[in-house]
Amino acid sequence: MAILLTKETKVIVAGFTGRIGTFHAQEMLDYGTNVVGGVTPGKGGTEHLGLPVFNTIKQAIAATGATACAVFVPPPYCADAIMEAADAGIQYCVSITDGIPTQDMIKVKRYMRRYPRDQRMILTGPNCAGTITPGQAMMGIMPGHIYMPGRVGIVGRSGTLGYEAAAQMMDLGIGVSTSVGIGGDPINGSSFKDVLMHFQADENTDAVVLIGEIGGPQEAEAAQYIRDHMTKPVIAYIAGLSAPKGRRMGHAGAIVSAFGESAAEKVEILRQAGVTVAPNPSQMGNTVARVLAH
Amino acid sequence: MDIHEYQAKELLQGFGVPIPKGGLAYSPEQATYRATELGGERWVVKAQVHSGARGKAGGIVFCQNENEVWDAADQLLGKKLVTHQTGPRGKGVYRLYVEEATHIHKEIYLGLVQDRKSERIMVVASASGGMEIEEISESSPDSIVRAIIEPAVGLQDFQAREIAFALGLAAAQIADCVRILKGCYRAFTELDANMVEINPLVITDNGSLLALDAKMSFDENALYRRSNIAELRDKSQEDPREAYATDRGLSYVGLDGQIGCIINGAGLAMATMDMIQHVGGEPANFLDIGGGASPERVTKAFRSVLSDDGVEAILVNIFAGINRCDWVAEGVVQAVRNLDIQVPLVVRLAGTNVQEGRQILIDSGLQITTADTLEQAANLVVTAWQRAQSQNSQQQAV
Repeated sequence: MAILLTKETKVIVAGFTGRIGTFHAQEMLDYGTNVVGGVTPGKGGTEHLGLPVFNTIKQAIAATGATACAVFVPPPYCADAIMEAADAGIQYCVSITDGIPTQDMIKVKRYMRRYPRDQRMILTGPNCAGTITPGQAMMGIMPGHIYMPGRVGIVGRSGTLGYEAAAQMMDLGIGVSTSVGIGGDPINGSSFKDVLMHFQADENTDAVVLIGEIGGPQEAEAAQYIRDHMTKPVIAYIAGLSAPKGRRMGHAGAIVSAFGESAAEKVEILRQAGVTVAPNPSQMGNTVARVLAH
Repeated sequence: MDIHEYQAKELLQGFGVPIPKGGLAYSPEQATYRATELGGERWVVKAQVHSGARGKAGGIVFCQNENEVWDAADQLLGKKLVTHQTGPRGKGVYRLYVEEATHIHKEIYLGLVQDRKSERIMVVASASGGMEIEEISESSPDSIVRAIIEPAVGLQDFQAREIAFALGLAAAQIADCVRILKGCYRAFTELDANMVEINPLVITDNGSLLALDAKMSFDENALYRRSNIAELRDKSQEDPREAYATDRGLSYVGLDGQIGCIINGAGLAMATMDMIQHVGGEPANFLDIGGGASPERVTKAFRSVLSDDGVEAILVNIFAGINRCDWVAEGVVQAVRNLDIQVPLVVRLAGTNVQEGRQILIDSGLQITTADTLEQAANLVVTAWQRAQSQNSQQQAV
């Protein structure tokens, strides 16, 4: 087992026939992901990459039994696609798209609350690299070969910094159960805490690496959950110690605008919750190894 | 994206928010003309820069006659206004707003922001207006009223009334305050704002409400559907290095250090900057080159980094996922050949096709130092920078 995604998970791709959707759907297939079809409105009934194309997500679910959806839809239409997935009964949705207006995400989050918690779709992203369960399946855009199967979970905002962590761990022979990108936007589908809850419940995850950054309240919220509810060790790194206050660092959400949002403050809050914090980004792998050996 | 006070006021006026009479001026002559046009006996000449705290920096001048308006305008135009929000470089004053002076009875703070915790729009208000919200939350935190708005239905009258009463307004002012709050909320949602701030919202001597200052900031991801907002961009208020990069589709933030950075991904970029600082250097910039790092894009990134005269060494750190290291390496080689780069250059490649990429760099015969790990890359670039620095100072001594 792993969290959110296994080799059995039936995945459809929204924005399937577009240039970006096509490229990454092929990469996902090559990795071994159980992609069963895709959705492009108006192209239903055709075939793409040897798989059926549907007009709506509801039709795709009816025909394939898909439970997961990877969304590669351009920013202006992406919120709509996520809501379509939520309404159609998709259980797990990954949104890769970077550049969705924040008010669209406010709408999406409000819309998802229409469904009772046990029927509510889980969304990770947008503006993330996706989710990978090494050796089994990948929904996203990450290079699969830098992830070794194993028993340490990764959750992070940044794609490439997550690669850095996974590669450092692989160099030390440490594998990954599942790696989840929650994305760099101010309002995202799942928080650090949401994903930590899955890892805490997963019997094949022994420890979790949390990769945070400046801006927003989610690391502090995660710290509280870790302190009160987590029995598994958590290792963290927070990017942006050198970032000045009030400047946005690339990610729409990476800006220090309130107390507790700077990297130094987040490091302190996590330490107090019992998290082992890597002193710098080159020590992420070593710190995991040290904690696991303990 | 930020806009000027006069632009924010004009937009908010369109949503029913009352503002004082005023006019825009680009010269002392125009400013005096505006004052005459407005009539009255007292005017305020306000420097239009993208920053708060303009008053303390001397950017807001009260005038009793037209000569004073002329002098104030003459002094302000072309000046660099330095506030705690602009940084030490300050921001240039090229536009003035001349406004009729208002007799103030009381000042209120009113702000709408995106609250990341509730993932909704939040109204923040305080009866202690006129100061920055940070100051208010330090000096009188109990005066702050907060209300989270349900996105499905928007700001309701009862919520606006609750805020108005909590601010201690008189019965006659409640309806006006509700109208202003609902106007701000509509402006926020209909224009895809990130922030709307009226500070101060004043109660005048005759008891009416007036937005004396206004600030709005907009979601850059939504500008594609707000062309009337997009055209309010004023490049004179941006760091020229950032304006150059933004126009070329790169995500760049200018800083004050010496090590130029070219990195893919915002998180890895921040981490690399942290690493540079950790080993004794200071980053000159944040630059996320993004997904498809084609040779053209790499060249643009180098140009952006080199547009900063303070750059004395460059670190390229690419962890290729969708990218391929061999493409990136070819881009780096092309850029170095085309741009005649005079500062030490360290390149760290990782991920897809890393061996091929490294080989291309070595085979080029160019002065490029390669690194395997993030730590090594940071150490190499900082050492190279220090060596170049000491060579320079030796040459100067000779």
